[in-house]
Amino acid sequence: MTRGLRLLLFAGGAAATVVLLVFGVLGLPHFGSSFHPYRDHAVPAAVSHKTANVVSSINFDLRGLDTFGEETILLASVVGAAVLLRPAEDEDEKRPLSGGRILDSTRLVGYLLLPVTLLIGLDTVLHGALTPGGGFQGGVVLGTGIHLLYVAGSYQALERARPEDLFEYGEALGTGAFACVGIAGLLAGAGFLGNLLPQGAFGSLLSSGSVLLLSAAVGVEVASGVVVLLARFLDQALRVGKDTPR
Amino acid sequence: MNLLIIAALTLVAIAAVVVVFTDDPARQAVTLSVFGLLLAILFMVLQAPDVALSQIAVGTAVVPLMIMLAVRKVRGRQ
Repeated sequence: MTRGLRLLLFAGGAAATVVLLVFGVLGLPHFGSSFHPYRDHAVPAAVSHKTANVVSSINFDLRGLDTFGEETILLASVVGAAVLLRPAEDEDEKRPLSGGRILDSTRLVGYLLLPVTLLIGLDTVLHGALTPGGGFQGGVVLGTGIHLLYVAGSYQALERARPEDLFEYGEALGTGAFACVGIAGLLAGAGFLGNLLPQGAFGSLLSSGSVLLLSAAVGVEVASGVVVLLARFLDQALRVGKDTPR
Repeated sequence: MNLLIIAALTLVAIAAVVVVFTDDPARQAVTLSVFGLLLAILFMVLQAPDVALSQIAVGTAVVPLMIMLAVRKVRGRQ
């Protein structure tokens, strides 16, 4: 294909996309209007399953299969990145760390915020069915929060606090637990990821049936995934280097 | 559309332009982080707290951190 033909093909495709986009946007309901067919169906469905946070109900109950797909995408990308970031053949993984100096103020704020951040992450995961947030958001907060130990302390302290093996298992366990809840629904006759568990009282901590379980599973998976991913990146930046002849 | 939404949208647009015109990747990680925070505020103003939470965690913390670490690694090899 010549350059001119390619350009012509692109121009045709781009023009068609622009036309479709303009017509699509013009056909949208007005911004902030009360016409909202999806809401009209999703909110009663969430309430009927005793889930106060409608977004979590959509993510983990009404459209749980979508979320399962997303979780496996996350798992695949973490595995892929970990494979790409392994040390090359001529590289050494245990380069000694060059010592840095940490400001006392950084150290103080880091150690103060570490428990607070982990608590917020845990809270976000566990209250996913009630308040904004859920497994994904809380999991990312947990997974990044632990790295305050590196910011405030040292890399060795972080390495001791997060044994990588454990978090690799956690990543698999979280995804596996999500699939198991789905299959349990299938076996019970409610369909894959069907919400069959007792749903409790609307607004209480143990309400919403499987939403709470799935949120926790995603929390474990995402927190572990972020830890594994950042561990590979940190190792590459700090530990891995060319082999020095000994 | 109220004033708050217009203000948040404008800030996001300005920050996006700043990110695009930041040349050095290490500095870009910082401007990207600020852009992510402003985007989270926009989501909050648009009454989407769940999305805002994801945006804060991923867009202002994880992604800029990965860029910083990648830049450090690449510079170390040169």
